[in-house]
Amino acid sequence: MAARLVIARDLKLAFRRPEQLLHPLAFFVLVTTLFPLSVGPESSILRTLAPGALWVAALLAALLALDFLFRDDAQDGTLEQYALSGQSLTWLLLGKTAAHWLLTGVPLSVMAPLMGYTLGVPGRASVGIILTVALGSLALSFIGSIGAALTLGARRGGMLLAILILPLAAPILIFGSKATELAIRGETYVAPMELLGAIVVLSFTLAPLAAAAAVRISLE
Amino acid sequence: MVGSILRAENLHLWRAERHVLKGIDLTVCGGELLQLTGVNGAGKTTLLRVLCGLNHLEEGRVFWNGQDVRQDREGFHASLVYLGHEPPLKPDLSGIENLGFWAGMRHRVSPAAIHEALVRTGAGEFATRPVRTLSAGQRRRVALAALILAAVPLWLLDEPTTNLDSGGQELVAALLDAHLAAGGLAIAAVHHRLAIEPARMRELNLSA
Amino acid sequence: MTWTWFHRLGSPPHVYRLAGRLTPWFAWSAGLLIVAGLFGGLVLAPPDYQQGNGFRIIYVHAPTAWLSLMVYTWMGMAAAVGLIWRIKVAHAVAAACAPVGASFTAVALATGSLFGKPMWGTWWVWTPRLTSELLLLFLYLGYMGLRASFDDTQRADRASAVLAVVGIVNVPIVHYSVVWWNDLHQASSITLTGKDTIATSMLVPLLVSLLGFSLYFGAVLLVRLRAEILRRERAAAWIREALA
Repeated sequence: MAARLVIARDLKLAFRRPEQLLHPLAFFVLVTTLFPLSVGPESSILRTLAPGALWVAALLAALLALDFLFRDDAQDGTLEQYALSGQSLTWLLLGKTAAHWLLTGVPLSVMAPLMGYTLGVPGRASVGIILTVALGSLALSFIGSIGAALTLGARRGGMLLAILILPLAAPILIFGSKATELAIRGETYVAPMELLGAIVVLSFTLAPLAAAAAVRISLE
Repeated sequence: MVGSILRAENLHLWRAERHVLKGIDLTVCGGELLQLTGVNGAGKTTLLRVLCGLNHLEEGRVFWNGQDVRQDREGFHASLVYLGHEPPLKPDLSGIENLGFWAGMRHRVSPAAIHEALVRTGAGEFATRPVRTLSAGQRRRVALAALILAAVPLWLLDEPTTNLDSGGQELVAALLDAHLAAGGLAIAAVHHRLAIEPARMRELNLSA
Repeated sequence: MTWTWFHRLGSPPHVYRLAGRLTPWFAWSAGLLIVAGLFGGLVLAPPDYQQGNGFRIIYVHAPTAWLSLMVYTWMGMAAAVGLIWRIKVAHAVAAACAPVGASFTAVALATGSLFGKPMWGTWWVWTPRLTSELLLLFLYLGYMGLRASFDDTQRADRASAVLAVVGIVNVPIVHYSVVWWNDLHQASSITLTGKDTIATSMLVPLLVSLLGFSLYFGAVLLVRLRAEILRRERAAAWIREALA
């Protein structure tokens, strides 16, 4: 199916310039580092802040990364060819967004427990952190794809993208950070994960439709 | 492929307040090339994009083989290939890889077929180099191979000879001749008339 | 039943004239009802036994908060109509709604904050209502920002329409997740309307005020809509006749 081809192409392109994959990770590490720098190194404060800090940092890193989800393809005419390919644009964009998550969301979720450790989070919470951040970043990639498609060709697109997406991302942040907090405390985090899962399902079924509409509008 | 017809009726399009397309009518049959001529800004690119379905028509309709294209958009798109000003090639991939993805979206293409198409457009020597290392003319030759691989009846070309030397321009003419002889049709926006057999050629001047 | 009246709603000159005729009706009835509602609420209604006179801000707060959501819904519906059927007047309606809705949201936030000061001693508390309203304000500002970032009106209309429709789906999600968040973190559970039954003498002015503000929205929307239509159709011939 053509969506698989799109995923393959995006992954191949990303690995031709592997250093670019590190940018969102570096940003994530830096932002997380800003928290102890701004509130002081006292471990009890940091441990309380940890779930929120990790999520804010991951959210910002993912937002920055969303900027280049469609930009290159829009500029060199690839998006135009997708729209003219006779294939469903919705599926193609779903593929692109999934590839984007594999390249940014997954590394972020693996990095998160490491930064969590620096904030005083015990190592046994690592699996929980990885799962919660992975699921949340998946929802974020899909919701963000709508913003990325809408801001193609807009002035100050990057900043506008963040302003458009952050209010819509509030539920992800709420449930995700709660799930991470419960995971850190060693308690069951099934309830917020289920809500987060519901958001993921809603977003990957509906977001590509909205993104496809937005892409067609940008091509007009 | 034989017997395909593209017909457009009363096409009107406004950009902001400019009336860019003022009631265009055209018909192109299998075996014909329609050349769109006119000064810069006359609407050649816009007309091509309208025919593809990328730009929305305020008024007018486009028919492919008698059917309104809006009724089966995906089917119509599967029958055409559009080559715009800039060839949509990824700089970090080679010509072969680019074409593999581009043509592969429509139907399976074997690496042998890709290589053969690239040789035919004179891009065989640099087919495996990343596209960013190629000159503009070389990229255009790689992009032209996509026309061969697409194997569709309708070609919509926006200034296909841009950046090509005289050998390249002959190549475009040869590709078009072969395509038209097989019953395909083509619409091309050009600044200089293409050297095609006159019997197959028609012209629409948008500045008139 | 003929549908011509419905089809004519797609014609800018017709809507321009219709809006002009309807505006005074909306404006006057809004004025009367708002005055009546505020009089009933500020003067006639007895002070709340718990909150004294401070609760009276609710006569402005509740209608504006309710309207901030209602206007977003109207905006989203108009945007959807414009997007699906490509009707320019619908896009003009959506564009006209946005600043009004944003203003209502800002007033709701300000009055909510004013309510909070005598009650809780601070200008801001993260109650579910205020937090939701704040996020809604950002949704409005985002919509307006997206519109402003495109020079081409048609592109601005269509892109912002997609955003508005996406927003409509998200507003309930955002609202309920904020409510959930609030319960979760056991923050202050004081709500502005309270769970206890509200006396009739307090309720009637509230409903009157609500209706009045809604009509006010109608009047402002009609005026803004006329201005939007004028701006969009400025090159058209009918404008010169209409303004002559």
